[in-house]
Amino acid sequence: MILYLSNSALDSDVRGWTIYDGTGQTYPTTGDSDTPPYPTGLAAMQDGWRVIQMPQLIPPDKDLEYTTSFFKFEYVFEKMVEVET
Amino acid sequence: MTTATVNPELLLTTNQMASFAARGFLRFDNLVPADLNRRVMDAFDAGPVARPAAGLPLSEVYAPGSPLDDLMHLPEIQGIVQSLVGPDPLFDHHAVHIRQPNEGRAQGLHGDAIIDTRMHFDIQLMYFPHDTPLEMGGTLLLPGSQFRRINESDIARYQNFVGQIPMVCEAGTVLALHHGIWHCGRRNQTDRVRYMFKIRLNPRVRQHRLWNTDDLDNQMRADPVTNLEARNRTEENIYSILSRPEPWYEFPVGRLEIVNRVKFWRFLTGSNTFDLSYWLTRLENQPENLALAA
Repeated sequence: MILYLSNSALDSDVRGWTIYDGTGQTYPTTGDSDTPPYPTGLAAMQDGWRVIQMPQLIPPDKDLEYTTSFFKFEYVFEKMVEVET
Repeated sequence: MTTATVNPELLLTTNQMASFAARGFLRFDNLVPADLNRRVMDAFDAGPVARPAAGLPLSEVYAPGSPLDDLMHLPEIQGIVQSLVGPDPLFDHHAVHIRQPNEGRAQGLHGDAIIDTRMHFDIQLMYFPHDTPLEMGGTLLLPGSQFRRINESDIARYQNFVGQIPMVCEAGTVLALHHGIWHCGRRNQTDRVRYMFKIRLNPRVRQHRLWNTDDLDNQMRADPVTNLEARNRTEENIYSILSRPEPWYEFPVGRLEIVNRVKFWRFLTGSNTFDLSYWLTRLENQPENLALAA
């Protein structure tokens, strides 16, 4: 699960989200939900998701200080579940 | 489409233009009459639609009396086009987008063409010739994304955002999009084929005050720095429209998006002092008055 947060704080609000289900039981896709799975990144942790990547804080390149582009506050989470085979 | 200018009453208003500057799109529900929707659908059902060469004036692209020619000749369409890209713009391309029934996946989020850093802008009209309920998908838009510099499907990893807009509409609805808007085709979960016709147009004139600017000077007369009075008016105005953030904006980056809007509005109006919340004015203050420093 990837959460795009409002700023670099893990407990800030979720603005965007992406889910890939490695169990193959669900197939989330673009535009399939209007409601974030969690209100904040911290709320996801409290529900058993582990943070496996935090975004680095990197100063803007010269002359790109005011340019907007990708989402900077991208947190990657994982949750391990048992699957019957 | 002729090169004649459009009745000013059919041009976009200043507030509509401000909304386009802020959100990157305008929506016109039920714009196309039912009989023309039917003729267009019949043309789509009959087989592939020819793809004319890019770079032609729009007036030379469609056979007179054909459904697509009649579509582009609707007075309301001419008013939208002329307000955004001027009279008789260049035809870039068109496409009939088809989403098959019962699809498992949506298209990935993307911006069309390639990364495009111009202040001048193309528009894309999206025309929905039949009813498009939520379960049929509709195009997904991310309002206010037009200034973010990305290249095509760089952003396909992003699935959902707070405030995204799935196009749920009745037949005959038209969207006018800035070329930079992030979008995708949502999955079609019905047993019917979904159509959407898209046409991209390039300006041939400087995009400067092309809309109905009767009220522009009066609206711009507000204090360009603080404009608190204008923003606190109850009726919509350029300051309230251009200041309103999208719910998906990250807090710090969202401020830069407001600056992007200020720069775009300056481009559209020719003003070199317009501002919202003092953002650019503060940066432009670089005193060189030695006398006061003594």
